[in-house]
Amino acid sequence: MTRFWRWFWSLALLVPLAVFVVWGIWDNAKLFFITLLNGLTLASLYFIVASGFTLVFGLMRNVNLAHGSLYLLGGYVGYFVAEKTGYFALALAAGFLVAALVGLLMQVSIFRFMQGEDLRQTMVTIGLSIVIADLMLWSIGATVHQMSAPDFLSGPLRGIPLIVAYSKYRMALLPLGIVIGVLLWLFLNRTRVGMMIRAGVDDRAMLAATGVNVNLVFAVTFAIGAGLAGFGGVIGAVELSMVPGEDVRLLLASLIVVIVGGMGSVVGAAVGAIILGVAETYGLAYAPTYSVVFTFVILAMVLAFRPRGILGAAA
Amino acid sequence: MSAADWRGAMNAGVGRLAMGKLVPARGNQGQSTISKPAEQENRGLSLISGIRLRHVVVLAFLLAFPVYASPFLTFQIGAQSLALGLIALSLTFLGGYGGMVSLAQMTVAGIAGYSVAIFGAAGSSDAAISLGWPWWLAVAVAIVIATLCAAFIGWLSVRTEGIYTIMITLTVGVAFYYLCLQNYSVFNGFQGFQRMQAPTLLGINWRDPVPFYYLVLFWSLAGYGFVRYLIRAPFGIALQGIRDNPRRMNALGFNVTAHRIAAYAVAGVIAAVGGVLLVWYNGLITPNSVGTSWLINLLIIAVLGGMRHPIGPFIGAIVFVLLQTFAIDLIDRERFNLVIGTVFLAIVLFSPDGLLGLWAALKSRVTSGSKFPTPTGGIK
Repeated sequence: MTRFWRWFWSLALLVPLAVFVVWGIWDNAKLFFITLLNGLTLASLYFIVASGFTLVFGLMRNVNLAHGSLYLLGGYVGYFVAEKTGYFALALAAGFLVAALVGLLMQVSIFRFMQGEDLRQTMVTIGLSIVIADLMLWSIGATVHQMSAPDFLSGPLRGIPLIVAYSKYRMALLPLGIVIGVLLWLFLNRTRVGMMIRAGVDDRAMLAATGVNVNLVFAVTFAIGAGLAGFGGVIGAVELSMVPGEDVRLLLASLIVVIVGGMGSVVGAAVGAIILGVAETYGLAYAPTYSVVFTFVILAMVLAFRPRGILGAAA
Repeated sequence: MSAADWRGAMNAGVGRLAMGKLVPARGNQGQSTISKPAEQENRGLSLISGIRLRHVVVLAFLLAFPVYASPFLTFQIGAQSLALGLIALSLTFLGGYGGMVSLAQMTVAGIAGYSVAIFGAAGSSDAAISLGWPWWLAVAVAIVIATLCAAFIGWLSVRTEGIYTIMITLTVGVAFYYLCLQNYSVFNGFQGFQRMQAPTLLGINWRDPVPFYYLVLFWSLAGYGFVRYLIRAPFGIALQGIRDNPRRMNALGFNVTAHRIAAYAVAGVIAAVGGVLLVWYNGLITPNSVGTSWLINLLIIAVLGGMRHPIGPFIGAIVFVLLQTFAIDLIDRERFNLVIGTVFLAIVLFSPDGLLGLWAALKSRVTSGSKFPTPTGGIK
């Protein structure tokens, strides 16, 4: 693309956006900033769930379409643990562990035997997601399960300029998302296992040739990726709610996040999550019946100009 | 190899396809699957000689089906299987011969169905949205719109390759579902459109079970014949070449992207026709008709039957509809997803080529007596 067209498209994109921002602040500043915060906190949840998805995809080329089911599973487990014990932290740990365990089981018992068969693996995850979703519907039912926030995070946070008050729990999601992102970055960039995972993303065969037990690395990655879905599920059980159908919603969000951000990249997942979260909440606030269209337009534009996603590497 | 040998080999290849045998359509070596189009007269000859006893038997069975089956069987099992099979055929064409597994084919069918509802006449409650055009105009417009949408979806998804296709098409499909669900001004939200009926023409009410069955049968046969023809036409051969090795085809001067988008458009036509028929079958269209479960059900139907032959989706659809109607009596009406999910898992895990692959493996085991079934490419 020539320089002119790059400028042209940047302006075509940025000018309407800037006009909207100015109009939004002038029209109703409180609504605008609350929507922004809602978008960022939703992005935080999307990032946590999608980073697990992108991690698994980046290393194993396995499009885990059962990721949404793992999210829902984690949420239900968290809900019941919190109900029994009363500790939110315990619920988070349980959600992570159960989902990680299921993910590990999937990798060890099925995907290990069909390495390199991308499409077949994906179809297996589709089958698994149908079965898992129906088993959960059978055992738990279709009623809405909504978890309450832990005591120290319940209620609103007051005294914020302009928007006056905002839910403490949702506010806490922002730093949580950042902390998890940083931890994930440190894990991938500063530890030995992380180094192996990154090497595996670049070249699986070469990693195996250097004597690394690739199956072990795969299993660990799959467990972490699935665990992040379960962890996100517990968070989502408070922020949203747990009901059959949410699995599809989060799966769609994860897919869009990684397609927009770039597949296999954790930073890309963060960028994609912010774009999706903000676009979705603004869509819902300002044009409720067409909010999906915005998301779709973003997806189409990214695919048109950067088919591998904003931060995706060339194949 | 001399020129005569070469021509003989080519003709043999065409004949082999025409016999309706399972050729290794997804072999690892591209050479085995690509058969060059033969001269016109040879093709015509092999078309006639390709008709075998089993084709006649199956056709006779299908034509006579309403005579000995009850209207319930004719309509619920026969017509529904054929309509679903026709839509799944578009997926088989894309996936089996183009190497692009699209989960948005039900979306294309749904777009056609919604268009018929919006432009044509739906029940009284939705009259405010429906434009009330005559049915033939609405159907024509619906098929054109759905085909354009299919080409657009193709244009989006062929920008990336392989496994990305399934992600992008799933995203498009689910996004369309949410659009239908949330939008009331065009798609009438959660309710969708009710009471849509096949028209009365030539004094026949095509909504009645038997005429409707023959209507669906006609279009299914047309779709099947069309795909059978297309996969032997130069376009289909080029498409299979692109499936097996896009870079080589590109080097040979074929426009890979254009062929792929054209394949999406062709599959879109098939899916659109199937979508219109399915809407007439159901009598309604709601967001659930294009929801995730139906996007995936279509993949299940295609994979269940086998993606290596255009008859696969119809076999898959029959099994699917039979399971939906009868097998759930064994467990619980509510647990259909569990049954179909387990069946799908079993097929993907143990016979990636579906029931056709299972049949081929069984046959080769019986006829050759060998311990090993013929190597199958499988879905990669």
